[in-house]
Amino acid sequence: MRALLAGLGFATGRLIQAMLVMLAILLIAFAVRSALGDPLREIMGEAVPESERAELRHELGLDAPWPVQLARYLGGAVQGDLGTSTIYKRPTLEVILAKFPASFELVLGASLIVLLLSLPAGIYCAVRPRAWGARLILAISVLGISIPVFLTGIFLITIFSVWLGWLPAFGRGETIRLGPWETGLLTADGLAHLILPALTLSSIMLPFFIRLVRGAMLDELGHDYVRTARAKGASPLRVWLSHALRNALLPLAAIGGLQIGTLIAYTLLTETVFQWPGMGFLFLEAVTRADIPLITTYLVFVGLLFVVTNTLVDIVSLLLDPRIGLEGER
Amino acid sequence: MRAGALRRNASPLRHLAARHPGGVVAASVLGAIALAVILAPLIAPQNPFDLKSFDVLDAGIPPSWLAGSDERFLLGTDAQGRDLWSAILYGTRISLTVGLFAVVIQAAIGVPLGLLAGYAGGRMDAFVTRAADIQLSLSTLMMAIIALALFRAALGGESLGRFAVPLLVVVIGVAEWPHFARTARAATQVEAAKDYVRAARALGVTTFGLMWRHILPNIASPLIVIAATQVAGAIMAEAALSFLGLGMPVTKPSLGTLIRSGYDLMFAGAWWITILPGLVLIGLLVSVNGLGDVLRDALDPRRRAD
Repeated sequence: MRALLAGLGFATGRLIQAMLVMLAILLIAFAVRSALGDPLREIMGEAVPESERAELRHELGLDAPWPVQLARYLGGAVQGDLGTSTIYKRPTLEVILAKFPASFELVLGASLIVLLLSLPAGIYCAVRPRAWGARLILAISVLGISIPVFLTGIFLITIFSVWLGWLPAFGRGETIRLGPWETGLLTADGLAHLILPALTLSSIMLPFFIRLVRGAMLDELGHDYVRTARAKGASPLRVWLSHALRNALLPLAAIGGLQIGTLIAYTLLTETVFQWPGMGFLFLEAVTRADIPLITTYLVFVGLLFVVTNTLVDIVSLLLDPRIGLEGER
Repeated sequence: MRAGALRRNASPLRHLAARHPGGVVAASVLGAIALAVILAPLIAPQNPFDLKSFDVLDAGIPPSWLAGSDERFLLGTDAQGRDLWSAILYGTRISLTVGLFAVVIQAAIGVPLGLLAGYAGGRMDAFVTRAADIQLSLSTLMMAIIALALFRAALGGESLGRFAVPLLVVVIGVAEWPHFARTARAATQVEAAKDYVRAARALGVTTFGLMWRHILPNIASPLIVIAATQVAGAIMAEAALSFLGLGMPVTKPSLGTLIRSGYDLMFAGAWWITILPGLVLIGLLVSVNGLGDVLRDALDPRRRAD
C-alpha cells in the first residue's frame, strides 16, 4: 500500500514536471512568434497604408500588451489552436497532424527492422563474443556509425532504384484513407515505397541497438541467477531468452525511449532524401518559406512528443522494475 | 642522445602500429586528407568560392574517365560549373575546420565544468550532472536543426550563408559539451583522491592551480580519446545540417552542401556530384573514428590490460 502511494506520488510528480516543460516550450514558441512573425505582412502585404494596418492590428488584438497576447496564445494552445499556416492558410496543427501518419509509419517500419535484427545480432554477439560472425557484425556496425544517414539513403536509391530498378525512390506511393489516418501500409505500392526509407532510418539505429543489446546481455549473463538457471539444467537458449533477455530488455526500452529527439532528427534527414511527405519534410518547407506559425507549431508538437515519451518511459520503468528505488532520487 | 630519445618514442608507436594495421591505414588516410586540405590553395586548379572563376556553361561535365569529359576537370564539374576536385578540397577544408573548432568549444565548456564537478562534488556536482543529462536528452542534431532553422527563418537564407561557419561551430559546439564534462568529471574524481593531489593541497597550491596544473594533465588521455569521437560527430553533424540546407550555402559549399546540390541532378545521370563528395566524407569519418579507436586502445589503461 505504501509502495502504491509512493508510486502514485512519483507519477504525479513526473506529470507536473512534464507540464512545466510543456509550458516552457510554449513560452519559447510564443517568444519566437512575437519576435519573428508579423501576421499583418502575411495577410496584407507591404503596400497598405498605415491607418488600415493599425485598424486591422486592433481588430486582431495585436496591439494588446504582451501578457494579454500570451494569455490568448496559451488559451488557444490548450484548445489545440496554435495559429494559421501562412503557406496552407489552414490551422497549423491540422496541417501537421495530416503529415503525422507518414512520419509515424516510417518510424514504425524502421523500428520493426531494428527490433528484428538487433535482438538476434546483439544476443549472438553477447553469447559468442569470440565467434567470427560476432566480430563481423561489430565491424560492420562500426562502419555503419561512420556513414551519415542521408548517404545511406542516397546509396540505397542508387543501387535499388537507379541501377536495379527494383524499388521506388520517392514519396509514399498509393495510400488508403482510414478516417483521419492516411496509411500506406495496406497497399503493395505503399509498402514498396516504405522499404528503402525504413531501411535507411534503421541503418543508423541498428549499430547503436546491437551494441546496447550486446552490452545489456553481457551484463545479465554475468549475474548469479543465470548461473543458477544453468546449474538447474535449463537449456542455453532458454537461459538466454527467458532469463537474461527479459531483464536486459528493460534498460534497453528506457534508453531507446530517451533517444526520441535523435530519432526525430534522423527521420527528418531520411524524409528529405526520399521526399517522404512527413512532418520533417513539412518543417523544412516551412523554414524555407518562413512560415513562422507552422515552424513554432512544429516545435510545440515535437516538444510534446519528447515530453510524453520521456514521462512514459520514466513511469513504465518504475512499474516494471521494482529495483528502481523511489527514495533513490537525487 | 637525441637519437636514443627518438628510438624510445618510436618503439611504442611501432608496437601500436603492429597491433592495429587498420589504425595505420586510418592515420595515413587522415594524414593525406589533412595535407591535401592544408595545401588546397596550391593543389586546386581553381578557387571554388570565387564565383568569377567558373562558368555555369561548364555545369555537369563528367569525371575524366567517363565519356564527354573535359581535360580541365579531373573529377568533372558540379551543378554550377565548379571544378569538383577543387570543390571537394575546399569543402573538406570547411568540414574539418567546423569539426575541429566545434570540438574546441565543446572542450572549453565541458572540461572546466567536469573538473569543477569532479573536484568540488556535492551540490556543484549534482548541478553539472543534471544539466549534462538534460542537454544530452535534447539531442544535438535536433537542437542544431531548430536553432539554425529559426536563424534562417528570422534573417533569411543569405544571412545564414554569410555567418554559416561561426554559427555551425557554436551550435554544434554548445550542444555537445556534456561528453567532455562527464569524462572529465569521472577522471577527476579518481585523481582527486590520489596522494599527489593531497600533497599539493597540503603544500598550499590553490584550488585553481590544483585543477589546472596537477589534475588536468593527468586526465588528458581520456579527454583526447573522446575528442576524436567528437570530431567525427561534429563533422557528421555539419554535413547533415548542410545537406538539409541549414548549413553552408551553395556559394561556399562544404561536403554536405555538394551532396545536396548534386542530389537534384543525380537522376539526370550526374551521379558524381553527389557520390564523390559522399565517398570523401565517409573516408574522412571512418578514418577519424578508426584513429579514435586506436587512441582509445593506446591511452585507456583498462583496454590495454586485455
